[in-house]
Amino acid sequence: MQLTNIPDQQIDTATILDSAKGRGGRIFRVLTSNPKIAFGLGVVALFVLVALAAPLLTPYNPDASVVRGSLPPSSAHILGTTGLGQDMFAQIVYGARVSLVIGFCAAIGSTMLQIFFGLTSAYLGGIVDDVLSLIINVFLVLPGLPLAIVLASLASNADSANKNEFVIALVLLFTSWSYGARVLRAQTLSLKEREFVAAARATGETTLRIIFTEILPNEIALVASTFIGTFVYAVGAEVALEFLGLGDTSHASWGVILYWAQNNTALISGKWWQFVPAGLCVAVLCAGLAFINFGIDELANPRLRVERPQRRRALSGKKKAVAR
Amino acid sequence: MRYLLRRAGFYLVALWAAVTFTFILPRLMPGNPALAYLAKIHAQNVTTAQYNAMLQEFGVNPNVPIWKQYFDYLSALLHGQLGLSISQFPSSVSSILSQSLPWTIGLVGVAVILSFLIGTLIGMLVAWKRGSWYDTAFPPILTFFSAVPYFWMALALIYVFGVNLNWFPTDSGYDVFNVTPGWNSDFILSVAQHAILPVLTLVIGSLAGWVLTMRNTMITTLSEDYVLMAQAKGLPERRVMVNYAARNAILPSITSFSISLGLVVSGSLLTEIVFNYPGIGFALYNAVQGDDYPLVEGCFLVIAIAVLSANFLSELVYTFLDPRVRQGRS
Amino acid sequence: MMTPKVAGHFADTTTRERTALLEVKHLKVDYETGSDPVHAVDDVSFTLHRGQILGLAGESGSGKSTLAYAITRLLRPPAIITGGEILYYPQNETLRRDAIYRVQEPGDTIQQDAINRVQEQQDAINRVPTIDILQLSKKQLRAFRWQELAIVFQSAMNALNPVMRLETQIMDVLETHNPSMGPDARRQRTLELLRLVGITPDRLRSYAHELSGGMRQRAVIAIALALNPEIIIMDEPTTALDVVVQRDILVELMALREHLGFAVIFITHDLSLLLEIADQVAIMYAGRIVETASWQEIYRQTRHPYTYGLLNSFPSLHGPKRRMSGIPGSPPDLRNVPSGCAFHPRCSFAFDACRERVPALAVPQAAGVHIGAQGLEPDDTLTGAIVSARSQECQVACHLYCKEGVKDNE
Repeated sequence: MQLTNIPDQQIDTATILDSAKGRGGRIFRVLTSNPKIAFGLGVVALFVLVALAAPLLTPYNPDASVVRGSLPPSSAHILGTTGLGQDMFAQIVYGARVSLVIGFCAAIGSTMLQIFFGLTSAYLGGIVDDVLSLIINVFLVLPGLPLAIVLASLASNADSANKNEFVIALVLLFTSWSYGARVLRAQTLSLKEREFVAAARATGETTLRIIFTEILPNEIALVASTFIGTFVYAVGAEVALEFLGLGDTSHASWGVILYWAQNNTALISGKWWQFVPAGLCVAVLCAGLAFINFGIDELANPRLRVERPQRRRALSGKKKAVAR
Repeated sequence: MRYLLRRAGFYLVALWAAVTFTFILPRLMPGNPALAYLAKIHAQNVTTAQYNAMLQEFGVNPNVPIWKQYFDYLSALLHGQLGLSISQFPSSVSSILSQSLPWTIGLVGVAVILSFLIGTLIGMLVAWKRGSWYDTAFPPILTFFSAVPYFWMALALIYVFGVNLNWFPTDSGYDVFNVTPGWNSDFILSVAQHAILPVLTLVIGSLAGWVLTMRNTMITTLSEDYVLMAQAKGLPERRVMVNYAARNAILPSITSFSISLGLVVSGSLLTEIVFNYPGIGFALYNAVQGDDYPLVEGCFLVIAIAVLSANFLSELVYTFLDPRVRQGRS
Repeated sequence: MMTPKVAGHFADTTTRERTALLEVKHLKVDYETGSDPVHAVDDVSFTLHRGQILGLAGESGSGKSTLAYAITRLLRPPAIITGGEILYYPQNETLRRDAIYRVQEPGDTIQQDAINRVQEQQDAINRVPTIDILQLSKKQLRAFRWQELAIVFQSAMNALNPVMRLETQIMDVLETHNPSMGPDARRQRTLELLRLVGITPDRLRSYAHELSGGMRQRAVIAIALALNPEIIIMDEPTTALDVVVQRDILVELMALREHLGFAVIFITHDLSLLLEIADQVAIMYAGRIVETASWQEIYRQTRHPYTYGLLNSFPSLHGPKRRMSGIPGSPPDLRNVPSGCAFHPRCSFAFDACRERVPALAVPQAAGVHIGAQGLEPDDTLTGAIVSARSQECQVACHLYCKEGVKDNE
C-alpha cells in the first residue's frame, strides 16, 4: 500500500506553510486548509475521543461475559455479543485504546529511530553513512510482517505469562523504521548542500545542533508524513499479529476480536457482527490517516491539487479552443 | 554492468543478514528446541545420550562453541538442509517448505502481476483525465480499500462470495476431497477456482498503491517539456500518453515495487491463513501455533530469500527500462 | 551578448516577398489563479511575414513565452486564451501537403519541395481559406502542428524524451504526418536532417543524456525541421548554452533559414542578440507589446523609454565610456499591474496621461524623445521623428508619441 509520495519530491516546510490558505495561526492554517487533511484529522480525532470516553459510552466491561454465547445486535447490545458473551460495542470502544496506544507508541519510537539514522547518516556522510545506510537498506529489504510474526512468536513464547502489548509495539518499531529512515536520509542529503547549513557551520555550531535545530525543522513535513505512515502500518500490523494469536488474547482489542471471531467460526455461522465492526474500524482509522498523508502530499506538490477547470466563456461566444 | 554487480553484492549482504538473524534469534530465547519437542510429545525417561542426540539434530548442542554452530548452520543451509520440524517430526523443514512454496509463489505472482497491470493502467488513465470524475472518485475509494486489512478483506470476501452467494470455494488450494494432484485438467481447474478469492483479496488490497503511485508520477511527468513537445509535434494522443508520458512515469513505480512487494507478501501470509491456502504463510502460522522453531525460521528464511530475489529482479527490470542508469548514474 | 554589427547582419529581407504568414489579433491570455485572473498577455497584435525573423524581447514575466505557447495552443491550465484571433495564411506549397484539406501527401524532401513549388506557382491560384488557429478542431490541430508550425524549447535536455532514442523521436513525427512514407524514406530523411544541423550519423541511436548540450539543441532543431514548417518558434534556444556554442548554433540557424525559407519567432531576453539576427523586433512589457520596429529603428531610433533602458543596460564594447543606465525599479507583479501605462512607475518621462490611460500600440505621431548626449532626452520638434519607409511596422505604445500627449508634458 503506497502510503505517501513525498519521498519523490522536495519538501520545503516553509513553502508548505506559505501555500496554505486559511485562518488562524500558521500550523492551524495548514491543517484546515486542505480538505483531505481536515477530513483525516476529523476521523482520527473521532476515534481518539471515542477511546478516551469509553467508560461513558458503554456500561459494560469489555472483558466480562454478560450473556451466554453470541447474540445478534439488539437494543441491549448495539453490536451484539462475542462468542464468549461479551458486549461487542464495549470491546470495540475499549479496543480502540489498544490500537491507538500501540500504534502511537510504535510510531513515535520508530520516528525517533528514523530521525536518528536518517539524519545522522546523511549529514555525517563518509564511512558512517556507508555503514548506516547499509543497515537501513538491509532492514528495508527484509520482509516486515514475517519478521514481526517471528519476533512476536518468539517473544510470546519466551514470556508466555506476559503477552504484553508493549512487546508488540517494540516488534512493530523494529520492523518499520527503515523506510522512514531512508526517506529522511534522502531529504537530508539534499538539504545539507544548502547555504543555511554552510552558514551554520561557519558560525561554529556543533554538529548536533545543526542537525536538530537547523535541518530537522525543515523536514517537519516529511517527518510528519512518515510518522503517519508508520502509524498506519503499526495499526494494521498490530491487528494482524493479534489476529494470529500473538497478542494478549484475554484483553479486548480489535485484532483479538477478530481472533476470537475466526476461532469461533463466526463466518460460517453467519455471525457477521463479530468481525465486521472491528475490521471497519481499522479500515476507517487507517483511511483517515492515509488521507492526512495525501493532503500533505498535495500541499507539498501543487501539481497534485485537484484543478477544477473553470468553464469560462472564451473567444466571444465561440467554442473554447484551448486544447492540448 | 558494474552497477548490477554492486547491487548483487548488496543483496548478498542482505541475505547474509537474514541468515545470521535467523541463526541468532532463537538462541537468544530461553529454552531450546529439543526441550520443546520433548515437552510436546510428553516424552518420559529420556536418556542423556538421547537428549544430546536431539540437541545435535536440532543444531543447538551447548557443548559445541557458538561459532562452530554457526558454520555448521551455514554449511547445512548451502546443502539445503533447514533442520527438522518439531510439529511435523520427523519431516524436514525443507521438504515441508518445498511443498508450500509453489502455492505461495503462484498466489503472490499472479496477484502482483494483475494488480500492477490493472493499477498502473488505471493510474495512467486517471492522471490523463484530470479533473474528471474518475480523478475525484477513484483515489479515495481505492485508498479506503487499501486501508482495509488484508485478512479482513479476505474474511469479507469469504462471507459474501463463499458463504452467502456460494460462487467460489473458500478453503484450501484445491478440492482436497475429490481431486488428486497432478497434471490433469480437474486438478488445474480446481486450483484455479480455489485461487480466485485469495487472488482477489490481494489484488483489491494492493491496487490502490499502484494506482496512486502511477497517478502521481504521471501527473508530474505530464507537466514535463518533452510531453509538451510530443503534443506540439502533433502526435496522436495515445502515443503521447503511452510512449512519452507513461513510459517515463512508470519508472518510480518499479522502484517502489520492492516496498510494495514486501507489503503484498505480508498480505498474502494473512490471506493464506484465512483461506487455509497451503502456502508458506499458512505453514508459518501453523509453525507459530505449534512452537515449531525450526519451521518458523525456515519459513522466514525462505520468505526473505524470495523477497530479496524479487527485489533484485525488479532492479534488473529497472536497469533495462531506464537507459540513464546503465551508465552508473541514477 | 553581442554588439550589433551592421555589416554582419544576417538576413536582408528587403528583397524578400512581403506576404503575411501569421497574423495575431488582439490576443488575450489569462492565468486563472485565485479570484482575479492575471493578464499574462493583454491585447497583443502583430504580423509575421514569410521568411521573416521576428524577435520577441522582454524581461521574465513579460508574457513572451506565454504568447508563444498561446500561438501553438500548448497552454496548460490555469492559462487560458480569453480573446483574439490567430490567423494563418497557408502558402501555395501547403495546398499540396496536408491533412487539413484532406489532400494526399507524397513524401517530402527539400528538392521535391523546390520542384513542386515551381509547379504550383504555375497552377491557378486556389482560393484557400484563412485558418484561425484557435478554431481548429483537435484533429485539424494535430495535422497542423509541426507541419506548419514547429517550436524549439528552451531546454533541449527537458524537451527530449529521456528514454527514447534520437532516431525514434525524429521518425515518429515523420510517421505521424507522412503515413505514406516508408521506413527507408524516413531513415533517409532523418539522416538528412542530422546532416543539416551538423550531427554525425553515429548519434542516431543515442539517448538524450548521451549528447552534449550543443548537440542536444541541434537535435531539437533537427526535429523542428523535420516537416519543413513555415514557422519555427524558438523559445530562448541558446540561453542555456555557453557563448561559443551559442554563436555556432545561431550561425547554423541563419544558414538553414536562408536555405529553407522558414519564418522564425525568436524569443529571448537578450535584446542585443536580437539586433543581430532579427528583422523585426517586438518588445514586451507586462503582457503588452510596447514597441515594435525593424532592428535598425530599434537600434538607432529607440523610441520607448523601456526599450532604451533594455538596450543600454549593457556596456558597449566600442565607443566612449558612458554612464550606465539601468532601469530603476522592478518588473510589475502581474496581479497588480500599475494603472494606465504599466511602465509609468519606472519611467523618467511619465506624466499624467501615463497614469490614466493605457497607451495603444500605434505609429508614432510625435517626436517624443531622442537619443542625446546624456541618454534619452525629450524632443518636441517634429524633425526628430524619422518616419520609417515601412512606417506601419514601426509602432510604439507610449503617450510621448501621441499627438495629445505632448501637450500635457510637465
